[in-house]
Amino acid sequence: MPIVCAERLSKTYRVAQKQPGLGGTLRHFFWRRSRAVEAVRELSFSIEPGEMVGFLGANGAGKTTTLKMLSGLVHPSGGSLQVAGHRPQRRQAPFLQKITLVMGQKQQLIWDLPPLDSFRVNAAVYGLDDSEAKRRINELAEMLELGEELTRPVRKLSLGERMKAELLAALLHRPSLLFLDEPTLGLDVNAQARVRTFLADYNRRYGATVLLTSHYMADITALCPRVLLIHQGSLFYDGSLEALTQRLSPCRMVRLELKTPLPAPALAAYGQVEAINGREVRLLIERNQLTGTVARLLGDLEVLDLEVADPPIEDLIGQLFQKGVVS
Amino acid sequence: MKGIQAIRIARVLLSSQYAYMLEYRAEIALWALSGVVPFIMLALWSQVDASGGSPGTLGLSRLQLGRYFLSAFIVRQFTIAWVVWAFEEDALQGRLSHALLQPLHPLWRYLSAHLAEQATRLPFVAVLVGLFFLLQPDTVWLPSLAQALTALLAIWMAFAINFLLQSAIAILCFWSERASALERLLYIPYLFLSGLMAPLEVFPPAVRAFALWTPFPYMIAFPAQLLSGNPLTFSGAFAAMAGWIALLLPLVGLLWRAGVRRYSAMGA
Repeated sequence: MPIVCAERLSKTYRVAQKQPGLGGTLRHFFWRRSRAVEAVRELSFSIEPGEMVGFLGANGAGKTTTLKMLSGLVHPSGGSLQVAGHRPQRRQAPFLQKITLVMGQKQQLIWDLPPLDSFRVNAAVYGLDDSEAKRRINELAEMLELGEELTRPVRKLSLGERMKAELLAALLHRPSLLFLDEPTLGLDVNAQARVRTFLADYNRRYGATVLLTSHYMADITALCPRVLLIHQGSLFYDGSLEALTQRLSPCRMVRLELKTPLPAPALAAYGQVEAINGREVRLLIERNQLTGTVARLLGDLEVLDLEVADPPIEDLIGQLFQKGVVS
Repeated sequence: MKGIQAIRIARVLLSSQYAYMLEYRAEIALWALSGVVPFIMLALWSQVDASGGSPGTLGLSRLQLGRYFLSAFIVRQFTIAWVVWAFEEDALQGRLSHALLQPLHPLWRYLSAHLAEQATRLPFVAVLVGLFFLLQPDTVWLPSLAQALTALLAIWMAFAINFLLQSAIAILCFWSERASALERLLYIPYLFLSGLMAPLEVFPPAVRAFALWTPFPYMIAFPAQLLSGNPLTFSGAFAAMAGWIALLLPLVGLLWRAGVRRYSAMGA
């Protein structure tokens, strides 16, 4: 039975419209005008317990609005929504006990106090007794590699330490459903990797369901076997990342290291020349011709090394939105 | 079990908010200092009503006037509400989202923050009261236990009215992004009708009668009268305060349920 079930989910916001300049300001003062913006349009999907699903889409695609509706922060304008057996917008206590929403740009920790003070508040609010709270804090702190940072004021923590402490605060009540909106935003590569490892670990250990949005494709590729691609509020794709890559790119990328450099025209016969850097060459070759072309390359040219890979998913999705392929 | 958990939540919220407020103790001291309007008014009224020990045009002796304004200062210090500004900022910045996703009504957090702030304010107020007594030693008085307890109850109820009134306005920021502007509208009648600028007896009977239909005189004048030990000019004030609380409490609940549907988690 799905833990998340959205059917024709929609959200329309009214957005004030104002022209720039004094004239626009005066007009706006006397004749306030607004327009309806469809942030999410008839979105339907379901998620099984324990799945890790990535939300992909350009800025303004409707990812965050969807997460806000799933967590009960925002009331949907239309459609139906069941999350963990509840209607999220009613925000009943049993529902709130099961979920958490982590927003990379917003913090819940009390800024001037050490994270432990915020954890104490959360533990009391979620009905954990002192010994259980302490046990969970220690367990999560170990998983997140947090130590003396927990006794330093939040304002004195680095961004990475703060994010880890935010995660601890958000997961203290051990939710079975995690909504993560850009959880690695602004973190350095090492901190991103640690957060990713932690999330995978949490998912494995507690069987939690994770819905994640991130602009860092590494988060999605490392954590989410399934992705939902949203464009202009509608669902464009629902499936595995591999299948999405195949759908977006009919080609695979072949990286070659040649014994001697060759000019682009000499390589064009094998596929689309993506880049030449001295003896290193990148070719895009259609999937159905891959085996034959690789055999020809190895036969015709003096190849020192060869690697076949999918083009970076970031590039594919970036191209997708730039070219307006989705419509 | 629920009662025990509620007590635990209250204890933890209050202690963490108190720790937070102590970080801002200098700011809170300045806020306490900025609440000296009753002392300024005392100086003004003392000039107007320089009638020595016997009741003057205000119907109060110099001593009674001094005790009234000192009491008004104390009452004001412990009935101040700022929930509208805190709530508005949290709503506009999206910080309210986290509170909305926890199984505790967000207004409890603001209430605990207010109570913690009052506890932080207490020593500064004590110092200012001490200074007042040092400058005007003849005004020193010690209310009886019964007097102090009834005054404390009145102060607590006055705070409840102020907090609920501001909460109702704060919730309006689900509709209008600048709910604090609405609060400003209430500030002027509060200033004049609460007894902060002058004892209510100064006003013409019609204005006074009108004021008693508003919650404002119960926010300062009535608790201040109780605390100062001056002759009581209110009748049925506790019932009126209970009535205002009974009216505002469901109103806040109603506004909350309607307003939260409009929340768009801006900035989050």
